[in-house]
Amino acid sequence: MCRTTDLRQAVLARNDDSAQALRAELTARGAIAVNMLSSPGSGKTALLESELALARERGVPVAALTADLATENDAKRLARAGVPVRQVLTDGLCHIEAVMLRGYVAGWLPARTQLLFVENVGNLVCPAAYDLGESLRVTLVSVTEGEDKPLKYPGAFGLANLVVLTKTDIAAAVGFDQETFLGNVARVNPGVEVVFTSARSGQGIGVLLERALAVRDGAEVHRPVMTRTATHDHAHSATGHRSPSLTIQHHGHGHDHDHGDHTHAHDQQSPPAPASAAPHPDHDALPHSHRYDHPTVDRW
Amino acid sequence: MHEMSIAAAVVEQVGRVALQRGATAVTTVRLDVGELAGVVPRALDFCFALACEGTALEGAALETRTVPARARCGPCDVEWHPGMPPDLVCPRCGGARAELRAGRELHIRDVEWADRPLHTHG
Ligand SMILES: Nc1nc2c(ncn2[C@@H]2O[C@H](COP(=O)(O)OP(=O)(O)OP(=O)(O)O)[C@@H](O)[C@H]2O)c(=O)[nH]1
Ligand SMILES: [Mg+2]
Ligand SMILES: [Zn+2]
Repeated sequence: MCRTTDLRQAVLARNDDSAQALRAELTARGAIAVNMLSSPGSGKTALLESELALARERGVPVAALTADLATENDAKRLARAGVPVRQVLTDGLCHIEAVMLRGYVAGWLPARTQLLFVENVGNLVCPAAYDLGESLRVTLVSVTEGEDKPLKYPGAFGLANLVVLTKTDIAAAVGFDQETFLGNVARVNPGVEVVFTSARSGQGIGVLLERALAVRDGAEVHRPVMTRTATHDHAHSATGHRSPSLTIQHHGHGHDHDHGDHTHAHDQQSPPAPASAAPHPDHDALPHSHRYDHPTVDRW
Repeated sequence: MHEMSIAAAVVEQVGRVALQRGATAVTTVRLDVGELAGVVPRALDFCFALACEGTALEGAALETRTVPARARCGPCDVEWHPGMPPDLVCPRCGGARAELRAGRELHIRDVEWADRPLHTHG
């Protein structure tokens, strides 16, 4: 006996549910997460070092979590700002997921934290697909990477609430074509703000902190066209990264599979799978390989 | 390459439902993948076969349907195909007020499986 069942499940439903839950937990404690995406070496850590130091100076309680395939270099650099920092080692995984982030945040993030900066794994493809429960998604790109990156990585740039151009101090040396770049950003994400920064010259330092604090205080974030998906306007996320429901729909009729020999069993009475908000068992007990002075390091 | 994670999520979700319904072997899984979902169907195919090994989905076929992207500017009442790379600026007003009607889907559409005789089900 063979049968076909409509499932209509979002593949990333579990991630999106965790993201939603984390966003709500953070909001409830007066905090937001900032998800920072870029290719390797664009200057995420360098910019973050400056922003964290500035926050510390101004007495804004911030924390940072940085994910890398290997090494604790970034956490060591960030910890110099004197704020709580946690390193996550992904052991080869190219992105982090909301379930994991939620696990790390629980029991670590100091209660008074207002901004949690998450430095994602250096990668412009995979991390873009995962809502981490952030309220501000920032995609960074350096002047050395070429003006066409927004077109080559429409997911990363099209879903950003804010775009940051880094290393502007060397823009002239590499012949960076600013106008073409801005045109390309606007094509995949019309209306998004682009901030120019340099960790060397100090240009634009403090803007990210300012934008993040504004979002924490309830300011509207830019909603990219790619996140305005018609059928999901009930999405509750501040970033508009929608959270499709996990409901299994059973269609009693109107089924159009043309396999005459199949029994179409649409057992109406079976309940939809519950959208579990709890962390996946795999991530319930997160191994803490070692903790030292400032940065906390995790492997998974 | 997050296709492996995507494939694992598909196998987990389908496996869970199959178990609930008493299915013994999943034969086909059908996915809707939007043009702008950031997933490469061929990479997913490869990963899916790996992810299925040793599960109720072992040997199952993956059928992926690509969903073309469609953008719409409400105020102008225009709809267009954004293309690749996508152009999400409204061709009429040049504005940023569009919404994406389709193109970011990453959905399990339906599943075919073999199971116990129907009469054992309520
Ligand atoms: N000239 C210049 N170099 C910079 C700037 N910011 C970062 N760099 C250099 O670029 C390199 C990479 O910077 P990181 O901050 O480590 O980049 P990242 O994005 O954190 O890298 P991953 O975490 O490995 O993906 C380092 O050699 C930095 O010194 C800048 O504003 N100007
Ligand atoms: Mg870094
Ligand atoms: Zn228009």
